Amino acid sequence: MIIPMLNNPIRSHLRYGGTVCLHCIRTMTSAPGPVECTIRNKLQSTLEARHVDVINESYMHNVPKGAETHFKVVVVSDKFDGLPLIKRHRLVNDLLKDELQSGVHALSIVAKTPQQWNESDKVIESSPNCRGGFGK
Amino acid sequence: MNCILRRHLLSLYNTSGRLTSRAFSDAATKEKIDKLVKTNKVVVFMKGVPEAPRCGFSNAVVQIMRMHAVPYESLDVLSDENIRQGIKDYSNWPTIPQVFINGEFVGGCDIMLQMHQSGELVEELKKVGIKSALLTATEPKEEEKK
Repeated sequence: MIIPMLNNPIRSHLRYGGTVCLHCIRTMTSAPGPVECTIRNKLQSTLEARHVDVINESYMHNVPKGAETHFKVVVVSDKFDGLPLIKRHRLVNDLLKDELQSGVHALSIVAKTPQQWNESDKVIESSPNCRGGFGK
Repeated sequence: MNCILRRHLLSLYNTSGRLTSRAFSDAATKEKIDKLVKTNKVVVFMKGVPEAPRCGFSNAVVQIMRMHAVPYESLDVLSDENIRQGIKDYSNWPTIPQVFINGEFVGGCDIMLQMHQSGELVEELKKVGIKSALLTATEPKEEEKK
């Protein structure tokens, strides 16, 4: 018997032949692409993140369906302790350098220490609407 | 033999020529950016112009600047491909918009938003002699309370 809901993400994931991301198998909520998984894995392993959220916001922009161009990442890590915001962002940017040079066009970053994360309302607002500048 | 040698030399010449012109344009762009951020207190590199931003993140920065009534110089990276790449190299920051205060790179949209919310932006502006309009807007109210 085929369960379409489950079938789709796995197939689209395997099609790219990338490493299979445990998170993607666990949640099965959407169909994360290979770039999304790479970003998640990199943040999780290198920053030893307590919490990682990778949100593909590409659908908000003028790009083909399933594109992986616009992302928002939420990273909670002890490694941010004592670092000003700009240095936290630079850490994440450097980590995702390859992705940013090969197709990822927008990266919005929320970088918090575990303490800041626990004290926050943990609500991540979505990015502002596109205004058509992409692709020009 | 002669022909091969000539072709070889020619290709060498072409490559080095291209490299020099590329390096030259890079240096010229860097100089242009350097001058721009050092002669203006606040500079925003954005997509589109403040009256018509062409990206939501750029628009958010414009709105923040407007709220604080900050006088600033803006540059549309969509109208200049050299600047679009050049500014990323200059600040070693991969995305647009980018905000400079007193010649120093401060951050992109996320950082500006956070600085706005935490009140840090008001302080940074004060350092360069710009009084945020949000300060003047709250002052009369405080007096009223007294």
